[in-house]
Amino acid sequence: MSRNPLVREVPPTSWFFRHPRYMRYMAREITCIFIGAYCVLLVVGLQRLAAGPAAWEGFLLGLRSADSIVFHLLALVAAFYHAATWFNATQKAMPLQIGEDFVPGNLISGAHYAVWVVLSLVVLFLAGVF
Amino acid sequence: MSNSPPRSQPPLAAPHGGAAASLGRPGGSSERIVQLEVLRYNPDTDTEAHFQRYEVVCQEEWVVLDALNKVKADIDPTLNYRWSCHMAVCGSCGMMINGEPKLSCHAFLRDYEGVIRVEPLAHFPVERDLVTAPDDFMEKLKRVKPYLIPKEEKPISAGEYKQTPAQLMKFRQYSMCINCMLCYAACPEYGLTPGFIGPAALTLAHRYNQDSRDGGRAERQEVVATHEGVWECTFVGACSEVCPAHVDPASALQQMKITSSIDWIVEHLIPGGKSARDTASREDAGDIS
Amino acid sequence: MAKSHKPVVWFPFAAGGTVIAFCIPVIVVLTFLAALGHVPAGLSYEKMHAFAASGLGKLIIFGVVSLSLWSSAHRLRCTCYDFGLRADTLAATILYVAAITGSLAAAVFLLRI
Repeated sequence: MSRNPLVREVPPTSWFFRHPRYMRYMAREITCIFIGAYCVLLVVGLQRLAAGPAAWEGFLLGLRSADSIVFHLLALVAAFYHAATWFNATQKAMPLQIGEDFVPGNLISGAHYAVWVVLSLVVLFLAGVF
Repeated sequence: MSNSPPRSQPPLAAPHGGAAASLGRPGGSSERIVQLEVLRYNPDTDTEAHFQRYEVVCQEEWVVLDALNKVKADIDPTLNYRWSCHMAVCGSCGMMINGEPKLSCHAFLRDYEGVIRVEPLAHFPVERDLVTAPDDFMEKLKRVKPYLIPKEEKPISAGEYKQTPAQLMKFRQYSMCINCMLCYAACPEYGLTPGFIGPAALTLAHRYNQDSRDGGRAERQEVVATHEGVWECTFVGACSEVCPAHVDPASALQQMKITSSIDWIVEHLIPGGKSARDTASREDAGDIS
Repeated sequence: MAKSHKPVVWFPFAAGGTVIAFCIPVIVVLTFLAALGHVPAGLSYEKMHAFAASGLGKLIIFGVVSLSLWSSAHRLRCTCYDFGLRADTLAATILYVAAITGSLAAAVFLLRI
């Protein structure tokens, strides 16, 4: 029997519409655009800080625009989504075997969430938010 | 299969069983007319695949494979597909069912409404109808040397290679793979970059790397640590979601990225650092043998 | 087929992903408060300057900014491929150079403080 297999190509620019789990994956990957842009904002902030008190105050005032608020909302969603997907993945990347059994994955991810919450509260406290 | 409820006999109890003899069991379950939309491709006459609609009288508790068997027996004997065990063990009846890679013997009709669309496994060439060509996977499976490469050869008279329960648990999960290739059909990176060694083969490499009796990690790294090995994986995680044997390829590949990175640091950044070959044999030293 | 040198770019990506997960959300919250007009006391010039002037502060700021930049650049490189852009070497070069430039700029500004 001669073979004549049919190759069905994957559409390289639209494959992720094929399944919700691919959309969730792309959402996770796209967070990097907002986080990367936010890091650029941090570098600009450093430049303003180095330039003196007036420049820094100007930087803080410049944040108070509608565009900036929208951008911050997007960056906030991206940062939290990244954090959640990252912590959920820790149990896959770093499974922990004690004796015969593996530590339940939720415990590994949960520990990361707990450290995250404590660290965030400490930073907010040190920054004088409360 | 742990969670399958009792069900009436499928139209073909076994590949050579009597067709339809067991249908319509009195006092049994309710019947249901199922619309199947099946991808057809005849390599002798077709240049494109097309969908064909079948109306099949099914028992409510059947699986999609039962419905296909009914089509083959009563409606269209030209329909081609692979199956063998009908109990989610052999791994030969993988198909795309409503776009999801599934074992058709494990896809219950009661979980589907409306037309059920059945296609051959994605990312593999279609040989005929629902039959795909697994050659690429088979070739890659061989390349990762998915078998024990004993750390130390010893004569039979020296006794067995012993292993503690903890050492067994370390790799047991990864040994459950049934080579059904659903993970390859789910993995978009394999679809986009066919050179990728892929989830199941790499996971089996991990299974043997994690085995205390094995000393072949350095040999496998020659495939695992290449661009086409773990580094083509972007951790979509689809492989683990579709695995019918509850293997976690995404986890295995992440672990191998970490160990391969540590290998790289040892080989390139630490003066006099050992090559992976040495680290591999050193790593498990001290385990019982 | 030779072993890949991907660990060079992947290790900092993984480290940066961890840093982003732990640190970036709360930092975004802080500047978001500033954007809303409620500048936290810790973001005053004196407090920020004192923090960035200390050695530990410089190290923390540089670590967070440079690793987060690298991680984002690496992930964007993969995302470009996923979106169908096949010029991977070009995308990688541009993005990694951008991340390194951002990190160097951060280092220069920090040393001026």
